[in-house]
Amino acid sequence: MPVAADPAPQFREFAHPERLVSTDWLAENLGTPGLVVVESDEDVLLYETGHIPGAVKIDWHTELNDPLTRDYVDGAGFAALASAKGISRDSTVVIYGDKSNWWAAYALWVFTLFGHEDVRLLDGGRAKWQAEGRPLTTDEPEIAAADYPVVERDDSRVRAFRDDVLAHIGKPLVDVRSPEEYSGERTTAPAYPEEGALRAGHIPTAQNVPWAKAAADDGTFKPKAELEAIYRDGAGLQEGDEVIAYCRIGERSSHTWFALTHLLGFENVRNYDGSWTEWGSLVRVPIAKGSEPGSL
Amino acid sequence: MTETGTTALPHALADIRDEFLALGLKDRLQLLLEFSNELPELPEHLRDKTDLFEQVVECQSPVFIDVKIEDAAVQLYATAPRESPTTRGFASILVQGITGLSPAEVLAIPSDFPQMLGLGEAVSPLRLRGMSGMLGRTKRQIAAKSAA
Repeated sequence: MPVAADPAPQFREFAHPERLVSTDWLAENLGTPGLVVVESDEDVLLYETGHIPGAVKIDWHTELNDPLTRDYVDGAGFAALASAKGISRDSTVVIYGDKSNWWAAYALWVFTLFGHEDVRLLDGGRAKWQAEGRPLTTDEPEIAAADYPVVERDDSRVRAFRDDVLAHIGKPLVDVRSPEEYSGERTTAPAYPEEGALRAGHIPTAQNVPWAKAAADDGTFKPKAELEAIYRDGAGLQEGDEVIAYCRIGERSSHTWFALTHLLGFENVRNYDGSWTEWGSLVRVPIAKGSEPGSL
Repeated sequence: MTETGTTALPHALADIRDEFLALGLKDRLQLLLEFSNELPELPEHLRDKTDLFEQVVECQSPVFIDVKIEDAAVQLYATAPRESPTTRGFASILVQGITGLSPAEVLAIPSDFPQMLGLGEAVSPLRLRGMSGMLGRTKRQIAAKSAA
């Protein structure tokens, strides 16, 4: 049984308001049967310094990624992970994290690959919870292992691979990195080469909409009208568009994927998790430099 | 010493390495957290001077370092936010392991010291890059300052 959605008025205008919960809602619902709260951060130790009471930790790098192949865990791996965290197939999972929920959105997107139905973000993430003076604890939660079925990952709907991107050029592409990364002019200190990619720039025709434009100062998502202005008026996305978003490794673009899919209601958005660390090192793929999208 | 073909580690760093390697993966994270909590506050006279520090851009969180050489002994200063305990832990390991060494001893620390702590699996190799960046920048500052 899913836990009832947060009826907060600020979410009502969104396409899928049930995908967000407020800090008020979470505080009231902690301990509700069927609810599992998950913290997912960039920093692998942040959870240990104090987390929302009862929350479990999922680390994007050591737990969601396959340790050998650059890929996510498989169906059996995800089932084992979910079980160990006390998550059942019908659990309501609320994810929060640092950095305005980058990594939380990334974890939510990975849950989506496995078709976990009820997975939500805590609007504003860890920082908002903390800023409001709400409790954090270093006590380890008592987790009762749950049953989670082995569900094969479905990479066809919300995930894009490099060949998909190559074939997609010309349709809407959103590069959510900083303007400096997009233009290819980002400088690193002398003698410290950028290790993640061999070339700088962006995928030709991609619009640059830094991910943080979707977030307000307190890390919550901006109201719908502001998001519309950014993505529809600004980046020219239209109803029915097929969209691919990317960044460096797919985490910031998960945040944008969430905003486009669940808040604005675009139905065909994919996240290219290979992102610039793959594209910028591929042999003979087209790259554009400078602040203009460029053409193929 | 078991490293092949590398200079022996200074004692403090070797002790830190052995401490990590004696533990299982989960406890290594706890130890890193302890280091994180032990990162000393900057001394008063440097607190408002962090704009003169060097940013370690290899770290995803804002961490700044500064190296001083006084009486032929190296002093490493580092500052990183509380919200970045992993980065603070890396900085703290280097501060504790390097402080008091001679410039030549620091320059001889193998660049792959961060990989010797058995943290690759616990925190991921990607995150260890931050500590490699910190060590590299520390050495470069020392090389520049000893030459001056």
